[in-house]
Amino acid sequence: MLEVRNITKRFGNLVAVKDVSMSVRPGELRAIIGPNGAGKTTFFNMISGYFPPTKGSILFQGKDVTHVPAHLRVGLGMGRTFQITEVFPELTVHENVLTAAEVAARQTLHMLPNRADAKLANDVAAEMLALVGLGAKADRLVGELSHGDQRTTEIAMALAQLPRLLLLDEPTAGMGDQETYEITTLIRRLHKERNYTIVLIEHDMRVVFHLADYITVLDQGGLLAEGRPDEIAASEAVQAAYLGESQ
Amino acid sequence: MSAEIGTGATAGAIGTRRTPAVPKWVMLAVVWAILIAVPYWLPLLGGYTALAGRVLVFGLAAMGLNLLLGFTGVLSFGHAAYFGLGAYGAGLTLRYLAHSTPLAMLLGTLLGGLAGTLFGLLIVRRRGVYFAMCTIAFGQLWYYLAYSWNDFTGGFDGLRDFHREPIGFGPLTLDITDGGNKFYFFLLAVFALAVGLMGLLVRSPFGHTLRAIRENERRARFLAIPVERQIWLSFSISCFFTALAGTLYALLNNFADPLALHYSLSGYLVVMCVMGGMRTFWGPLVGAAVFVVLQDYISSMTVNWMSFVGAIFVIVVLFFPRGLLGMRRTRKSV
Repeated sequence: MLEVRNITKRFGNLVAVKDVSMSVRPGELRAIIGPNGAGKTTFFNMISGYFPPTKGSILFQGKDVTHVPAHLRVGLGMGRTFQITEVFPELTVHENVLTAAEVAARQTLHMLPNRADAKLANDVAAEMLALVGLGAKADRLVGELSHGDQRTTEIAMALAQLPRLLLLDEPTAGMGDQETYEITTLIRRLHKERNYTIVLIEHDMRVVFHLADYITVLDQGGLLAEGRPDEIAASEAVQAAYLGESQ
Repeated sequence: MSAEIGTGATAGAIGTRRTPAVPKWVMLAVVWAILIAVPYWLPLLGGYTALAGRVLVFGLAAMGLNLLLGFTGVLSFGHAAYFGLGAYGAGLTLRYLAHSTPLAMLLGTLLGGLAGTLFGLLIVRRRGVYFAMCTIAFGQLWYYLAYSWNDFTGGFDGLRDFHREPIGFGPLTLDITDGGNKFYFFLLAVFALAVGLMGLLVRSPFGHTLRAIRENERRARFLAIPVERQIWLSFSISCFFTALAGTLYALLNNFADPLALHYSLSGYLVVMCVMGGMRTFWGPLVGAAVFVVLQDYISSMTVNWMSFVGAIFVIVVLFFPRGLLGMRRTRKSV
């Protein structure tokens, strides 16, 4: 599904990511972890197309997308959410998700409302809102919702674009325990029941070890380890990297 | 009147699924009933029908601008250019080309609209102040052209020697040449068609993408909305509507003057939008009504009418930061 081949990113003299590869299979949930400054976000931004790598290539469903900008990757089936919540705060939850569905249905040039368009987009929006459990809050303004519900709205927006791969940038960032639990449950359900392929960055290790099929550990821009959660938990190199950070 | 327009229409313009306290169609019926009955109630209040015609013309221009300003979140300080081009296009057509009111409206609208469409291509990547400055500069270019091309445009004195012509519908003829109610109803019909089209536009998927750009451009981009293209289209469409209003202005006065192209008019249009409530569909019409009526009333007493309008604008902005109609639209949760 997603093939990352030996990508490197330099910012001037700083090598933020060096020679990292990763292969994600369909239906897999991959977590990317690492101490602060390990290059996770840079790595993630290259996958989502925010900027291209200096070297290396990225393949999505066999197609080279290394230099495809982020907004075009959406059309190819890569949906994403953001570390900092990005929603349309003065629109309702339904309007947020509806707009995402309309764009995905290629209706951006449809200047007169019609039933067929509206039904198509409304059906998708309603399905995704039900899926993430925001159906009852559909008519609330997103800006009025709790942080957790705003992030869930973001996930529903990404889902409304019918992605084959879901990229989640720190889905639990800034959340309390209850919200973290709820969003973790949601992601698990999307993965297990709906079979979404998901790649996420996450700081909260409980979340990572609860969710991930495979974990990629970055440290100082390089690939430190890769494996199943139990393998990563047992890895001395990983423990050293994290302990090194805390000292 | 203004408060009543707010409830139904604004909720509809945003396309929510929320049901307002009063059904939308009732409110719309009330709005249109008031507008249709103008010739009968306005004289009772000491007004005259031509004043209501001016309100419709500037209301349409401001609502056109508001597609860009309120519904896309992009500020143009040069919409007088398209208004004026519409007015001159219609006037020049009637004077030099053909004695046909529909043709004058068509050519005037095309002139203003296409000028905006082409200019929009150049500036669509600019944002904020830079975008606004570009629109002012481009607008003033047309002002000086009309001002200095004496032989063709009448220069500073404006374009005269044309007048609106009766419109033929097969065997029927609509005589709108006198200043009476027929011409007001003609203006109202054109206004209704244009506003109906705008109403559909803001409810369409296209309209939703504009709203998304206004709310969070970065997010809109990541949703794969082609932001530049949509802003360009919004700008162009907005120019077409404002140009159409400009043609009506020329027909209303049988006259086109360089001030219709001047940036001060661009400013007035923005003031109408902000005062009436730029996040609402009908706000600019209310703003135009307040502006035009105040201008008419105060300018009969003092030449410094703008000081008073300005003071009232400041008061409105201080006490109704979202405009006169914006107060109605506190979209609280249900």
